[in-house]
Amino acid sequence: MALLVREIRVALRAGSGALMGVLFFLAVVTVFPFAIGPDLNQLGRIGPAILWIGALLASLLGLDRLFATEREDGALDALVMQPHPLMAAILVKCLAHWLVSGLPLILATPLFGIMLNVSPLGIIAVMATLAAGTPAITFIGAAAAAVASALPRGGLLIAVLTLPLVIPVLIFGITATNGALYDPDPFTEPFLILLALTLFAGVLGPLAASFMLRHSAE
Amino acid sequence: MRFEADSISVNRGLRRVVQDVSFSLGEGDVLTVTGANGAGKSTLLRALCGLLPLAEGKLRLTSIGEGEDDPLIFREHLHYLGPQNAMKAALSVRENLSFWRDFSGGTVGLTIEEALSAVELPHVADLPFSYLSTGMKRRVAICRLLVSRKPVWIVDEPTSGLDSHSSELFSALCRAHCADGGILIAATHLPLGLGKAQTLEMKTLYTFIEGDEFFDAEEDA
Repeated sequence: MALLVREIRVALRAGSGALMGVLFFLAVVTVFPFAIGPDLNQLGRIGPAILWIGALLASLLGLDRLFATEREDGALDALVMQPHPLMAAILVKCLAHWLVSGLPLILATPLFGIMLNVSPLGIIAVMATLAAGTPAITFIGAAAAAVASALPRGGLLIAVLTLPLVIPVLIFGITATNGALYDPDPFTEPFLILLALTLFAGVLGPLAASFMLRHSAE
Repeated sequence: MRFEADSISVNRGLRRVVQDVSFSLGEGDVLTVTGANGAGKSTLLRALCGLLPLAEGKLRLTSIGEGEDDPLIFREHLHYLGPQNAMKAALSVRENLSFWRDFSGGTVGLTIEEALSAVELPHVADLPFSYLSTGMKRRVAICRLLVSRKPVWIVDEPTSGLDSHSSELFSALCRAHCADGGILIAATHLPLGLGKAQTLEMKTLYTFIEGDEFFDAEEDA
């Protein structure tokens, strides 16, 4: 709990990590219509997918600082040495990271959805699936961040390691969104699978990250 | 309580850095680890904290006893002050210290004000950590050991960046810690001015660990 408060304070204090993510999200969303052309119907059709990809890329942004800063200022050793299980500490760090960088993306979705001519129902569906799916991205990214934290320029490596692993999240997120929008497709099943993926990642990600941090504590 | 090392060895990569180190420290004892740069002082201290795996030997914390195979089991009883200060630059001194107090477990130590007074920095509590000078940062980092009490302190170059007066302050804090039944292990180039300290001199080793099949195969080819 103390860790959660500290993480959120650091994130808000050290200058708008959250805002950076939202700005990047905005940039991605703005560029797509230029590439696709002025067809509003087409844009509305693929809008949810654009929103999802934008949110996915934006949520990878802040991950490189998750453990690298702790390692640089020596706090990582002290974190590893506390009586709490390291995995729990990592879970809390992920939660804090998601609150300051994932949640703003979801809150910004309605605005960006309107820019892409996505229907109100579609916006609600995207927000719901993002809320269910982005924590999984954070958890998986945490494991990658732990691997990369020992390297001087780990940021790109995190994206490369994380993207293949979050493809299932992307697939079921968009399937569920389309399920809500178009009638014959189911919504509930892919949405439940998405939740299951998040829970699965919530266990496996911190576990892998704690293993990595322990064994890279050089 | 006794903190004992039974001929421990530590590898770094393929190099043996610490070879057959043994000691036995009781309550109030001090061990200073000396040696040239690169002799393995920091490696030894990190291994004692459980941050590096032991290649051979055993660590024991008697009266705690359990789990001799998992070195991290001792972590509840250790304070490690590494070369870095482990403080977040963006947070105030008070926020940093109260976080470590709440997060470290251990029994309740001094209040933040008392700890800061002990290092003669009572006025900085509400300043961001990044505003402080190098020596002041180090003194605040020392406060982390004071706000939650743990019996064993392992400190790596604790007085780096401190002026002679502050070093003296730190020595006094160490003496108080030992008088209180604590154990202190310090790696340092400078004498800390602590009375009856055991000394462990580290020598640089040039041995590679045996059974190095990778290099053997390379040579055969």
